[in-house]
Amino acid sequence: MKEKKNIDVAYSLLESDRMRLNVGPQHPSTHGVLRLEVELDGEIVTEVVPHIGYLHRCFEKHCENMTYPQCIPFIDRLDYISSMSNEFPYVIGVEKMAGIEVPERVEYIRVIMAELNRIANHQIAVATFGLDAGAFTPLLYLFRDREFILSIFEKASGGRLLYNYFWVGGLASDVHPTFKEDVLDIIKTVRQTNAEIMDLLVENRIFVERTANVGILPADVAINFGCSGPMLRGSGVAYDVRKAAPYSIYDRFDFDIPVGMGERGTLGDCWDRNIVRMREMEQSCRIIEQAIEQMPSDGDVKEKVPARVKVPKGEIYVKAENPKGELGFYIVSNGKPKPERLRARATSFVNLSVINDISKGYMFADLILILGSIDIVLGEVDR
Amino acid sequence: MKANEIYDKLKEEFGDEIIDLVEDEISDPFINVKPDKIDDICLFLRDGEGIDFDYLTMISGMDLGDAIGVVYHLYSLEYKHSIVLKLQVPKGNPDVPTVEKIWRTADWHEREAWDMFGVNFVGHHNLIRILCPYDWEGFPLRRDYKEPEEYHGMKVPY
Repeated sequence: MKEKKNIDVAYSLLESDRMRLNVGPQHPSTHGVLRLEVELDGEIVTEVVPHIGYLHRCFEKHCENMTYPQCIPFIDRLDYISSMSNEFPYVIGVEKMAGIEVPERVEYIRVIMAELNRIANHQIAVATFGLDAGAFTPLLYLFRDREFILSIFEKASGGRLLYNYFWVGGLASDVHPTFKEDVLDIIKTVRQTNAEIMDLLVENRIFVERTANVGILPADVAINFGCSGPMLRGSGVAYDVRKAAPYSIYDRFDFDIPVGMGERGTLGDCWDRNIVRMREMEQSCRIIEQAIEQMPSDGDVKEKVPARVKVPKGEIYVKAENPKGELGFYIVSNGKPKPERLRARATSFVNLSVINDISKGYMFADLILILGSIDIVLGEVDR
Repeated sequence: MKANEIYDKLKEEFGDEIIDLVEDEISDPFINVKPDKIDDICLFLRDGEGIDFDYLTMISGMDLGDAIGVVYHLYSLEYKHSIVLKLQVPKGNPDVPTVEKIWRTADWHEREAWDMFGVNFVGHHNLIRILCPYDWEGFPLRRDYKEPEEYHGMKVPY
């Protein structure tokens, strides 16, 4: 019979008037199976140790036994609420290595789907952030609007949340005939609801008092910790992969990068990260309108999809702007039909490591808000 | 800055520690280095004039047969250039100096490399498993990994 091993974990010294509280892995406020070990001095947080790995599904080991197109459903399940954006960097990387050029219509549909996904993701982020602060109505309004976007994805690919839609060389199927009109209707609804949410939630005095000056992340700490996405932009650093290293056809569109400016508190607090997400939804609407106008109306989406994907020997690191930040894939190929190594650089994994540094000194209720403002999805953290 | 300019600057500063630069039409260019002075090399890359690699994208492990490789991807937010560093350590003695004092994000990436490949980062303040349970045995992403038969009384292979 194997005896229990003595696990020696280096924690900081426990003082006699501090309390260790365990949050999770099941807890209504934690956004997934995340366990936080919090050391409290009364109500003030002095240390937070995150324990992850409850959703580890061995994605990298599986992908060593799958061919390149077979990896795409696994990649969907990394950040399971924005699957279109997950597939984007992977298919771009494999196409770049294999030398495949996709037709124009495919590029435009990919961009429209990725931006719709960005809106859907930010709707969840703002809704659950409001829920952490105690506001239930914005959650219902935003989830109702999200249903319209999910119905477009369902008509295109068959699934509401996990799609397997971007294939190497093209798409799985073409969009339905009234795609353009439906998307323009959705943009109108999104703009209307966002105006309501600004009134109801974001400019609400109670919400501002709860989230301003909480969880301040200075810009140099954010860069040193490798943060990306709204976490980094909320601290004032204007880094967006779509502008810094444009991929696909993003250089044809005219859009801005919203950056936190410390309007209601200090630069880099939770309110700043939230307002960056709200403004990014508006910028995504702009990109979608331009893409709908420029999109060619006919073309076969499957004409360049190869029967067998042949990737020559080499390695590449390809990155894209996921709604949560920079998602990258390190693809190593040795000429065979299966990749030798496929490593995902997951945004939420890197963003979550900041939580100890930004929540010291705040109260315990603020810790839940800070965790909500980082906007993690455990599928990406654990892979 | 292009990869060969960065390589020249590194070669002039560190000499023998830098092995070579490999470039290809489709791959990203990478620089092979020796593992002993990786922390000095990274400090030079982070603080060097005009180089300024202030963003560590990730640290990955690789199983190369009888050696284990560690790959560092670096990026500069200001100059928008990137570089890849690679080093190799023997499987029997996989010791690499840590870079967590240079970029604090290396903390969790190095813990994952330890968890999955068994690379021992010397000087890390808390090198424990991060994705697998804390008392798991074996290094899962190695090619010669055998699953244990049972874990706390539960059958592992299904």
